Parts: sequence; structure tokens; C-alpha cells
Amino acid sequence: MKYSAFTVLREALRGGTGWLPAWREPEPKPEYDIVIVGGGGHGLATAYYLAKEHGLKNIAVVEKGHIGSGNVGRNTTIIRSNYLLPGNTPFYEWSLKLWEGLEQDFNFNAMVSQRGVLNLYHSDGQRDAYVRRGNAMRLNGVDAELLDAAGVRKMAPMLDFENARFPIEGGLLQRRGGTVRHDAVAWGYARGADSRGVDILQNTEVTGIRVESGRAVAVETNRGVIRAKKIGLACAGNSSRVAQMAGLHLPIESHVLQAFVSEGIKPLIDGVITFGAGHFYMSQSDKGGLVYGGDIDGYNSYAQRGNLYIIEDVHEAAMALCPSLGRLRMLRHWGGIMDMSMDGSPIIDKTPIDGLYLNAGWCYGGFKATPASGWCFAHTIARDEPHTLNAAFRLNRFTTGHLIDEKGAGAQPNLH
Amino acid sequence: MRIPCPYCGERSNDEFTVLGDADVLLNRPTDMSLAAFDAYAHSRSNPAGPHRELWYHYGGCRQWLVVNRDTRSHAVLGVELARTSQRAS
Repeated sequence: MKYSAFTVLREALRGGTGWLPAWREPEPKPEYDIVIVGGGGHGLATAYYLAKEHGLKNIAVVEKGHIGSGNVGRNTTIIRSNYLLPGNTPFYEWSLKLWEGLEQDFNFNAMVSQRGVLNLYHSDGQRDAYVRRGNAMRLNGVDAELLDAAGVRKMAPMLDFENARFPIEGGLLQRRGGTVRHDAVAWGYARGADSRGVDILQNTEVTGIRVESGRAVAVETNRGVIRAKKIGLACAGNSSRVAQMAGLHLPIESHVLQAFVSEGIKPLIDGVITFGAGHFYMSQSDKGGLVYGGDIDGYNSYAQRGNLYIIEDVHEAAMALCPSLGRLRMLRHWGGIMDMSMDGSPIIDKTPIDGLYLNAGWCYGGFKATPASGWCFAHTIARDEPHTLNAAFRLNRFTTGHLIDEKGAGAQPNLH
Repeated sequence: MRIPCPYCGERSNDEFTVLGDADVLLNRPTDMSLAAFDAYAHSRSNPAGPHRELWYHYGGCRQWLVVNRDTRSHAVLGVELARTSQRAS
């Protein structure tokens, strides 16, 4: 059933009784050609592109809960491609280009809003670092502008420009960056995959991976054994646990990231504003609440909640940047499980086990990568080799030294 | 989350910084082959359950501690000084 203004009108006249389920709830088959483990944004996007770009049938997505109940359901919605390093920038730019066409492509309103992403700078040193990053973006054909204080003031007059500790001197702006309605991404990809024959198996938890003679042949689940010719893991914060079922030990630690929404107010923040020096970022949702966050807590966690000191820290940064926010109440807050890698960059690669593919290590930056991650992982699985765009995201790069470390922080996950 | 420091007593976790997996970090390989160094630097078990971690009490006694903590609930199962911990080499 194609969604359009016409169908909305037609169904309204029918009292909303004609809407069809957006995806089926099939029983698991005993075997598929491809099983994707993880029904989050990346897993669903992978299934969608396997079906759409590669024309493949006989695919299942296996999700332990309901689709979209993980990080794709609870992130701060930002999309951007303002990265520094050559392994990263073309990949994230491809993702942004896919975002730009996504709603038409998968016939679902994802509220893709390219309202701009502005990184503030407060010192000459920070400015120079942002100039370098902006030039790296330009060299890769990505839009980047350097604003002075007057330029920032025109976009965001409510910020504290005279802050003694962090005077706002300017910012690096990517106008094509912005926000996307994250739930719609999961639903849009699910509906698109399902309509092309992908079985989405919810409440189906993988409890084991069968490897025979160096080849992955099946997943064991709480609903039985499902054999597969190819298995792709897209489990985000649970990647280590699932990979260990196949005997793989990953360069990943799972950490908690907290994020927040304020009470709803009239339009105040037009785009996404980041305060890199204070480790804080914010935007405003269409419902009026400010959506904001800061650092990870810093310790391994699968609890999906964090501690008070980070809540205090994030709100201190908010107050330093924009004191008028002090009148607002925090309405909602949550924590997710971030798969922090040893260099802060992701892994999309084959594994040493034939027929087993890995998509993991997204740290706290996986949402913006959703389209390109699915697209590249689909290519890697379908062709049994990485695409040029994910060629640098190797699992063995930590051994060979080809690290992609944007922050230059080294092999300590909680520093990325 | 509170950490019961052996010297300072129960303190808020924001008095500490976390380095990482104590079982790996306190067992630096004697054989510095590439494989051993790579595993030491990069491979982590990352369990959902009890996890022994190196914590540094920067806001207190400045001692390194091995904190055994359940990563599913953040419950602290045990704390000992790193230098006397069983797995230290």
C-alpha cells in the first residue's frame, strides 16, 4: 500500500479502517539465504538494501525485542557528515546523500530536516582545528562554512557570547546536516524490507551461532534453529555478546550514553548546536522539547541507565552555553548501550568465519550512519567483500595499525 | 553508583576515573609477540555481568582499585587495591 496525500485523504473518509499493517509477522522458516541479527536501524536498513539494491529474496531479520526498541528508538536524531579523516568522510557523506532521498525512496515520512549543524569554537586553537576539519570536508566535496561570532549570532542569538570561560568566537557550519525522526527510520526500512519479501522476526532472540568447519551455518534462537547461508551481525551495544557465540572477541566495550528532552517550548533553537569544548549538543524537536546530551558516563554498562554526575555535567554545560535554559525543566531522560570501539570508528567487514559478517563499533554516532551502514553492509554481504566506502572499516585494522581515530585518543574506548 | 574505597569509604562514582578491564590491563604479557600485544591492547571480553575494572580515585586517596561490578545493574560486588589484587602480575 503506497502512502501518499491521496491515500491519507481516502482512508480518512473511511474512518481510518482501511490501513494495512506496515509489516507482516511471519513464522520463522527453518532456513534462509541471509539472516541479519539485530532489528535496529542498521539491521533493518541492511535487509532493505539487500532486497532493493541486490534483488535478494529469502532474508530474515531476527530481533530479540520489537524492532526499533534499541538505540534507533532513543537517540538525539542528528545527521551530519562533518568528519575529518579520509576513511570516514566519504562514508558519512554517502549516508547524508541517502538521507536526502530516503523518504521518497522508502515511501515513508521520516521528517528529514536539514536545519544545519553548527560546531561552536571558543579559542584560536579550536578554530584552527575546525578550519582543518572544514577543509577536509571541502576536499571530499562536502559543504562546510566557517562563521565568525557575528555569523553565529545571526543564527543563534540566545547563546552566551560573552561567557568569560567560553567566549563564542565562531563556528563550523554544515547546512546540509540536521535531524531526522528516528522511529520513522526503523518503521520505514522495516516496511520497505517487508514489502520486498524480508521476514521480520520480532521477539526472536539469538542464543547461539553454529559454526561448522570454519563456516557459520545457523543461528540458535528462542524459537528454534534457523539455518542460513550468510549471517550478518548488527547488534550495536550487544555485539560482543553475540560475536562471542561464534567464538569472536571484539575490540569493543559497551558503555552507557545518557540523553535528555526538556519540557516543550516555543521555537528557540533552529538547528543543531554543538559545544565541543563543553561536550554538549542540543537541538529542538518539532514537539518543542529541547533534545540534548553530552559525554558517556565512562564505565562499561548494559543497564540502559546512567548516573547523576553526568546529568549534572550535561546541564552545567547547557547553562554555560545558554543561561536562559535555566528556567526549563528536564522532562525525560534515558540511557542506551554504546558499542565503543578501540579507535572510535566502526567496523563493517567480513570476519575470520566464512559466511559471518560484522557491523559494529558505532560508539554513540550510529544513527546518522544508518543508511550508508545498511547500504555498505548489504554490499559486503551480497558480494562477499567490502565496498570502497567501508573498505577502511576493517576488523583487523587494530592489528595492522590502520586506525581511524578522529579524536586521536588511542586504544581506550571510553575516551572516544 | 557508589564505590566503597578501601581507604576513603563509600564515595560517589564521580570521584573516580575508569581505565578499563583489570583482568587484561593487570596482566601485561611477558611474551610481546604481535598477537599477545594486539590482544592486550584491543581485545576485550566486555561481559554483561560481573566485570573487574581498574578505577582511579583521583578525588580522594589517589589509589588504583580493582572494582568488581555487575555491568547489568551497576551493583558493586567487591573492591580491592590494585596492587594487592589476586590477578596483579
